Amino acid sequence: MPDLLIELFSEEIPARMQTRASEDLKKLVTDGLVEAGLTYAGAHALSTPRRLTLAIDGLLAQSPDTREERKGPKVGAPDKAIEGFLRGAGVTRDQLEERETPKGPVYFATIENKGRPATEIIAEVLEKTIRNFPWPKSMRWGSGALKWVRPLHSILCILTDEAGTEVVPLDVDGIAAGDSTEGHRFMAPGRFSVTSFEDYEAKLKAAKVVLNPQDRAAHIWEDAKNAAFAQGMEIVEDQGLLREVAGLVEWPVVLMGDIAEDFITLPPEVLQTSMREHQKFFSVKNPKTDRIEKFITVANRETADNGATILAGNQKVLFARLADAKFFWENDIREAEAGGQKWIDSLTNVTFHNKLGTQAARIDRIAALARAIAPTIGADADLSERAARWAKADLSSEMVYEFPELQGLMGKYYAAPAGHPVEVANAATEHYSPLGPSDDVPSAPTSIAVALADKLDTLTGFWAIDEKPTGSKDPFALRRAALGVIRLVLENGLRVNLDKLFDAQLLRHGIALEDDSAQRTALMADLDGEIASHGVFGAAFRTILDHFDGDLTKHLEEVKAALPDTSDNLLAFFHDRLKVYLRDQGIRHDVIDACLAMPGNDDLALLVNRATALSAFLKTDDGENLLQGFKRANNILAQAEEKDGVEYSYGADVKFAEDDAEKALFAALDTAEAAINPAMEGEDFAAAMTAMASLRAPIDAFFEAVQINTENEIIRRNRLNLLSRIRQICLSVADLNKVEG
Amino acid sequence: MGQSDTRPQSFQEIILRLQNYWAEKGCAVLQPYDMEVGAGTFHPATTLRSLGSKPWAAAYVQPSRRPTDGRYGENPNRLQHYYQYQVLIKPSPPNLQELYLGSLEAIGIDMELHDIRFVEDDWESPTLGAWGLGWEVWCDGMEVSQFTYFQQVGGHDCKPVSGELTYGLERLAMYVLGVDHVMDMPFNAPDAMIPLSYGDVFKQTEEEYARWNFDVANTDVLLKQFEEAEDECQKILDLEHVDPKTGKRIVMAHPAYDQCIKASHLFNLLDARGVISVTERQAYIGRVRALAKLCADAFVQTGAGGFVAEEA
Repeated sequence: MPDLLIELFSEEIPARMQTRASEDLKKLVTDGLVEAGLTYAGAHALSTPRRLTLAIDGLLAQSPDTREERKGPKVGAPDKAIEGFLRGAGVTRDQLEERETPKGPVYFATIENKGRPATEIIAEVLEKTIRNFPWPKSMRWGSGALKWVRPLHSILCILTDEAGTEVVPLDVDGIAAGDSTEGHRFMAPGRFSVTSFEDYEAKLKAAKVVLNPQDRAAHIWEDAKNAAFAQGMEIVEDQGLLREVAGLVEWPVVLMGDIAEDFITLPPEVLQTSMREHQKFFSVKNPKTDRIEKFITVANRETADNGATILAGNQKVLFARLADAKFFWENDIREAEAGGQKWIDSLTNVTFHNKLGTQAARIDRIAALARAIAPTIGADADLSERAARWAKADLSSEMVYEFPELQGLMGKYYAAPAGHPVEVANAATEHYSPLGPSDDVPSAPTSIAVALADKLDTLTGFWAIDEKPTGSKDPFALRRAALGVIRLVLENGLRVNLDKLFDAQLLRHGIALEDDSAQRTALMADLDGEIASHGVFGAAFRTILDHFDGDLTKHLEEVKAALPDTSDNLLAFFHDRLKVYLRDQGIRHDVIDACLAMPGNDDLALLVNRATALSAFLKTDDGENLLQGFKRANNILAQAEEKDGVEYSYGADVKFAEDDAEKALFAALDTAEAAINPAMEGEDFAAAMTAMASLRAPIDAFFEAVQINTENEIIRRNRLNLLSRIRQICLSVADLNKVEG
Repeated sequence: MGQSDTRPQSFQEIILRLQNYWAEKGCAVLQPYDMEVGAGTFHPATTLRSLGSKPWAAAYVQPSRRPTDGRYGENPNRLQHYYQYQVLIKPSPPNLQELYLGSLEAIGIDMELHDIRFVEDDWESPTLGAWGLGWEVWCDGMEVSQFTYFQQVGGHDCKPVSGELTYGLERLAMYVLGVDHVMDMPFNAPDAMIPLSYGDVFKQTEEEYARWNFDVANTDVLLKQFEEAEDECQKILDLEHVDPKTGKRIVMAHPAYDQCIKASHLFNLLDARGVISVTERQAYIGRVRALAKLCADAFVQTGAGGFVAEEA
């Protein structure tokens, strides 16, 4: 069985697209071949900056013959129907066969397709693949209409078996397939022919091209590690950069150079970012000083001077780049030492979002909220406000303008020169966290206050202007922000009532939308004063609104009307995120629903404590049986209540108890209640549920021994009221109606 | 050629070698456009000639101005006035990469010792309504040129596609000549009758323009001129295609495009003066783009743009 080799040779393919493109080539070609009946044993995709390669082995030499039988119209059917059938089946009338069926004689056609040679099928499939290739961006060149990522120069397409090698005849807009390719652009110019994949790979290697990107990456990593090790240093690992660099070279040559003494004092993150972003250099760290002291660059060729010229050139470019970085650093430090007010002031000219105002207005709101949150989480209010006001100042710094990914980190470096304490410095970096589900959550109170305020301001803001995430669209990363809040609260065990915070911040957004700036300032001061004296738990927003009774501006009217709904909707969004978060921790959605139905569900820590206790309880034998007991009691009670048209909640009296099991249940309920009530007061859900578990046996025994619906109406009612007591006790812990099973 | 065996001695020698090289490869060697532009792309020999079906091959030096990059001549590589070398060939020839590499050899870059790389860099000019795909070309980690296959200009698809090469001459020359500060670079030969450095020629003008660009230029006047240029551009293009005086069909694409160039430069000056806010910026860019599109629409209605008058 023959092997197929395809190479599409072009001008330099962007590094970030190569892997995906070679996989796409593999998928499109193999799918096309299989669909046409050509199966194969194995296929692998490879790439270099100038080529996509696909090697398929054990391909069928031709597609198998196929035979299909098709049932047609009845014999004697109108000519039109018969002709239609003939057209569809592609046969003539004399090829039809008459066969007896239970419904009388019917025409049958047999359609036979001869197998086609592999070359024919490959040519079709490959041409279609080239013309419809899913490049993220493609282009035309010269006078042609063909599109490729960059100009496509040649197509190698050969089929090899024991008999020899055959070029698959194919021509795409004047590019005819052949059996030749090129090696390294500079080290081995000129074309050469190949006869098989092994021959191709070996000849490429001789022509200074390493075909497999993984081999190139491994080679780079190995050489880089050794070069660093030889000098007692280590490379800062960067898999993304390694992949990219492996896509920039066909013949990797690792060179290590020095970072000039002047720059070694720059923060390591600045060195690393500048070198990676601009020059695609790896950073080399001295473990003794913990500083980045050297760099590694990967050239695409060997030279007679062993890379000396190349290294000198790279070093020179790096010098200029780092001179820039140092210039930014020194200017920024100078600005920070002056207090950094210029940075903060300039944020009044930067739009955060066209409906949500400037960065400066946003910082004001975040600072106010951080201040309000602080006392509830054990943070200092003044310090939290100060940290919030500093946290985004670095957005105006020259370094962050140049390297946006250093935001927060520069704020941390610049905090001390600006005279801020270490809490403020740390909050500058940490308030962005957690960014993802595995990112660390800050634990310093000041950082938490700013992080919560930042995220809640973003969420309430986009809720206020109705820009919520839909489906897969979440351009402002609001799901991530909500998950961030959840993790900040839970992992720090914070007790925060989100609902009140939503209200207060929605009102701030409403005020910020005011056109009249004097009124805006007055309202904001009112609100902050209200919160300062009553806390966010006060009816702050209503008080403010009442100042303007009947005289509210458009925006505040809207806020007043929409505020409870918006807050509820946002809380529901949090609950959805929480469900996802807890499901990953093994807590069932119905268990969470049972807890969400309880009061105080905007206190996430309380909610989770309850859910965790309930989840654990339901996994025990007692829990499972108690749930059954509760459901049984509840069903009987519900039926009786519906039938009698009353609610049985008057309290059962032990004096009407007839049976021992009934009396025992009374006693057990008294004992349980005495334990459950204080446990619930103290939010000790586990203790409450343990007490509840003690009810399992008496309830089971009760149902075993006692018939609820007796003829004595007094006793029946008393028993129903007893069931009601069971229901009440169980529901005081969670809404067990919502638990499945 | 023999010339490439020797290293060039001066800034001007590098320019002369590029001129000779591209002349030899068949390009028309044009002269700089006589207006202030931000980049060589603005020369009508690129912007307008990349439109329409007629073949074209031109190379030229273009003095370029970027007012915000002025540093009073003190920064080793930042200038508010600098030179670009520009090559535009339509349709792009299949060996354009090889032709380009030949030009590097012509200015004394030894391919056996240096590491040349084509690194993805897609080009987009929001003011010209233009985009293309290509690379920045690295020599030993330094960007020495921009290499672009034009796909769209002024909102029109480029058919055929032009290949555009842009060399930042100062940076490239500093590298080839081994100079660390642009002002120290020999402008003419160091053994010339009167040797002149880049600083002798441009240090003073960098200072003068930096002061004017940043602090002095009258923004009211600039704003007014911007509006006038915008207005004039549209007026020119609104006129009848047939000249009432000569009876000839004359579409004034180039005079209109001059006004577009003017508006673009005035915008850059206003930007340097810091009077354009972030939100206004987009609006100004959009206004210049609208002019560029009108000019492109007009150019394809001209002979050079491939327009053929129908026989009466």
